[in-house]
Amino acid sequence: MPDALGLELIRGEIEQDHPGAVLDTGFDRGQASLVIDPAQVLAVLGWLRDAPGQGYRFLSSLHVADYLPAQPRFGIHYELLNRDRVERLRVKAILEDASPAGGAAGGTAPEEALATAGGGGSPAATGPAGQRLPEIDSCVSLFPTAEFQEREAYDFFGIVFRGHPDLTRILLPDDYVGWPLRRDFPVGGEPVTFTYNERNYG
Amino acid sequence: MAEATESRTEVMTVNIGPHHPATHGVLRLVVDLEGEVVRELKPVIGYVHTGIEKSCEDKSYWKVIPFVERMDYVSYFFQMEAFCGAVERLVELEIPPRARYLRTIFLELNRIHSHLVWLGTTALDLGAISMLWYCFRERDKILDLFEMATGQRMHTRYFQVGGVIEDLPLGFEAKLRDFVADMPVRVGQYEDLLDRNEIFLSRTKGVGIVPRERLLELGVTGPLLRAAGEPWDLRKTFDYLAYPEMDFKVPVGTVGDNYDRYRVRLAEMVESTRIVEQALDGLPEGPFIADDRKYVLPPRSELPTSMEALIHHFKLVTEGYRVAPGEVYYAIEGPRGELGCFVLADGSAKPARVHYRDPSFVNLQAFRDMSVGGYVADMIASLGMLDPILGGVDR
Repeated sequence: MPDALGLELIRGEIEQDHPGAVLDTGFDRGQASLVIDPAQVLAVLGWLRDAPGQGYRFLSSLHVADYLPAQPRFGIHYELLNRDRVERLRVKAILEDASPAGGAAGGTAPEEALATAGGGGSPAATGPAGQRLPEIDSCVSLFPTAEFQEREAYDFFGIVFRGHPDLTRILLPDDYVGWPLRRDFPVGGEPVTFTYNERNYG
Repeated sequence: MAEATESRTEVMTVNIGPHHPATHGVLRLVVDLEGEVVRELKPVIGYVHTGIEKSCEDKSYWKVIPFVERMDYVSYFFQMEAFCGAVERLVELEIPPRARYLRTIFLELNRIHSHLVWLGTTALDLGAISMLWYCFRERDKILDLFEMATGQRMHTRYFQVGGVIEDLPLGFEAKLRDFVADMPVRVGQYEDLLDRNEIFLSRTKGVGIVPRERLLELGVTGPLLRAAGEPWDLRKTFDYLAYPEMDFKVPVGTVGDNYDRYRVRLAEMVESTRIVEQALDGLPEGPFIADDRKYVLPPRSELPTSMEALIHHFKLVTEGYRVAPGEVYYAIEGPRGELGCFVLADGSAKPARVHYRDPSFVNLQAFRDMSVGGYVADMIASLGMLDPILGGVDR
């Protein structure tokens, strides 16, 4: 981990190249994190990967945390690893819920409308019943390892990654409706009906 | 990689799985074949998705442990350590030295167990059926050890936040020493069976090579990365449990083909045995769980006599402990690579988010690079050498 001072140095260097990209820094329980502007996520990740003296070339994990009831609520976490200096750095991009008013349903609305993210590569950023979904740039071009993990984040939280080569559901069935790992999606929110099998195989 | 030079035929899309003995679980592969040659491959996963991460949000911290064990059902001690370690870092709880050593012993036994399951099933895929019986014979000895110490053969719930639940029983050490003396001999026997086996060699040598840079791009860790010559092992690089005090080597390969993957894992079994032996020799005396009554259950013997212990016990069992808001990512070296656990605490007695960075899930992305351009039979060999556990992939 970079220590608290090293973190501020990194912040200062990013600010020189990309003004306004870093919104905040955090140093908690020995783990360093940068809160960044979601619009500049590729610039910051690319800088951390390629800038001389940085070398955070390995993306360990990409995951989402839903900070509800805090707003903005979706934190996209990039756990970067510098394998030369053996340092981890967490980069967080906090996204607004795109449709906070209709967000009470949390995508659990039982309309039959499916998520429109087909295999076409550029899904419309809407979910069931025209629900707006939060968007961020995909980092697959920088870190190919993010492909499955961004699909997982889309699958569970309905985060749309712009420019992802194949943004479809990965663990849930393609015709699943809703974003089950959001905090406003209740545990046990889905009745077990096995309709998929009944419909297809009688 | 096998030369694919036969005459051109039409491309056929073949579905393999999800229920197929060669996919090591419930993995579905959509494969484009031109004759016997794989031209495109897409893994389709999610058939054993059970929503464990969501279920964890509805359980108090100590009840999460049995859930996460069931993700990667072959390396359950690692899942426990990732979660318990993350929570210990959240509440800033130091575990006693004896607990660190005990955890190290069981993690390394679990690594041997996991590699034995891998070796048996993968050799079975390649036609060496007797390997399965030999590997499962040794695996059973490890399960006997687990049962003796924890009461369960699998999914033991042995690690607790703060340490481990029980000390070692009488007679365990002797039994473990027998196993430690036996295991390197057994690994030597496996090598005798496979290392100069003509069929095994021609099925694995030069097959499934992925360049080291590509593996790093794809986020691949563990034996797959080390087989390509990258000596990256979190046990060496990060400071956790008793690994800094242990003397062990990190085996690496040179070519990065399936044969190297096999060699690296076999060498890791021997190194793990050495770690177990050293940890047993250096096992410190003292408590096996931290003495912090806010997080750790009081000893059973105190309950009839101490009102305070009774209250603590009641509070911990009914409500659990509250964890101050914060988030921690804690990664350890699992048998398949970097196993990371992210825990977000919101101040209540239940975690707001538990996420596992499962190495099988990330490593599976390298499968296309390993297989495309080779024969479909080599694809099966590469899948075995990739060693995905679908319970961990799908969670």
